[in-house]
Amino acid sequence: MSLAAAPKIAETDPAIFDLASAELRDLNAMLQALPPDTNETAWSILNPRGAHAVAVGITAPVAITVEGHAGYYCAGMNDGASITINGNAGTGVAENMMSGTVHVRGDASQSAGATAHGGLLIIDGNASARCGISMKGVDIVVKGSVGHMSAFMAQSGNLVILGDAGEALGDSLYEAKLFVRGSVASLGADCEEKPMTAQDKSDLTELLRRAGATADVNSFKRYGSARTLYHFHVDNAGAY
Amino acid sequence: MCGIAGLFLKNRSLEPELGALTAAMLTVLTDRGPDSAGFAIYGSGAPGEIKLTLRAPVYFDFEAMAAGLNLSVTRRDDHAVLAVPAAREAHVRSFLAANHPEVAIVSSGARMELFKGVGLPSDVSNRFGLSGMSGSHAIGHTRMATESAVTTQGAHPFSTGPDQCLVHNGSLSNHNDIRRRLIREHMSFETQNDTEVAAGYLSWKLRSGAKLDEALTSALDTLDGFYTFVVGTETGFGVLRDPVACKPAVMAETDDYVAFGSEYRALVDLPGISKAHLFEPEPAKVYFWERPTREGPTREGAA
Repeated sequence: MSLAAAPKIAETDPAIFDLASAELRDLNAMLQALPPDTNETAWSILNPRGAHAVAVGITAPVAITVEGHAGYYCAGMNDGASITINGNAGTGVAENMMSGTVHVRGDASQSAGATAHGGLLIIDGNASARCGISMKGVDIVVKGSVGHMSAFMAQSGNLVILGDAGEALGDSLYEAKLFVRGSVASLGADCEEKPMTAQDKSDLTELLRRAGATADVNSFKRYGSARTLYHFHVDNAGAY
Repeated sequence: MCGIAGLFLKNRSLEPELGALTAAMLTVLTDRGPDSAGFAIYGSGAPGEIKLTLRAPVYFDFEAMAAGLNLSVTRRDDHAVLAVPAAREAHVRSFLAANHPEVAIVSSGARMELFKGVGLPSDVSNRFGLSGMSGSHAIGHTRMATESAVTTQGAHPFSTGPDQCLVHNGSLSNHNDIRRRLIREHMSFETQNDTEVAAGYLSWKLRSGAKLDEALTSALDTLDGFYTFVVGTETGFGVLRDPVACKPAVMAETDDYVAFGSEYRALVDLPGISKAHLFEPEPAKVYFWERPTREGPTREGAA
């Protein structure tokens, strides 16, 4: 028996939504209305042409592919869907994601994964400034490099960077863990290099596996909060 | 907000389409800047001649004024381009100041023409016939006013030197101080607008002998605030973002052109965009592309 020759089951053919001929609001309303047990589990969105807010606020565990470059806030507030962007993503991709997976096959603009609480954000290319700003539990794996002020005020979760990090990495960091394989232009206030523990290596191995990334965990450095900014200290008064 | 569109052609066969491509980019950026729009376009020039772009109330008779000076004029809505032998420029300027105070000189240059006005970007483009214009490069802007009033004078681009223009997305915080310092250097300003100060600063640096990339590099030290600038000179096209890079910028480069858009949406209908190299200009890094002469090679780089 040849599985490859088996006829396609209708359910697995993606439903196609072409933004060249239909309204973005209708697309989002339809995707947001999908029940958790929907049989329409695969969607393909054509001709995004840089439109903003494509595939936002989805709560059903469906697979969505955006065929082209997306504008701002693509896959924002995602809660359970697996969303792949076959192109670049504009500002704020997967912002405030709760769960699920968002995979950018190209580059991401600023504030990728901003404030996201959960799920996995994979960026195959580079991310520009403020990647993971104020992240609250999401895991982000960037296979390229990130721009300045990445992980600014990051609270929890993991940011893995296979390339380099720009200026002021992890400024005013809380308890997010940052793993960088390449160079770091500079560390932000209260961010410091931490020893890489066995648990860290285990966590990083699993993150790389989930992101489909191949890299030696021993080639990474880990950064975290020095925790000196958590509380007001009178010796810092001159800095305000 | 505000939107910026810029297009610098490397392939001269695209020059007849420059205006139409720029107009389409500006229309896409309407929701970033619906209150006014403008553009500078670098078209053909004649040796020994400069072009003065003038603006006057719609009832003004540009043709009669030009006939009186024995010059040719091309009227476009409330703007007109007056072709002036370079040797007569000072005379024409003083004639206009003395006899037609209602006429404002918007720009001057060997090749640059500059048009701007209040209204939706598509309406502004149509009023001036942008789609029918050709040239080597063009820079346009759609404005959502923050720092000064919604007037034609406050619309972008700003020009404070020959063949020089600048458009801006952002806001400067030290423009009053810089304006005072430039006035002491004999630069003059028409508005209270922050962008005009940035344009004046770059013109002052260029007038002092700096190259475009050198002028932009020194702007990083002098201008404080948020900015993405796109600037044009007779032969060049430059981009600069402030070190914090709050204001968006996307660029596309192919063998045929370099294009700038505040958002990728503005670039989506350019020819060959699917194969273009797409990138975000890095913060605090000067980008420029230049054609030293009509026949020379394209010079490009990042300083």
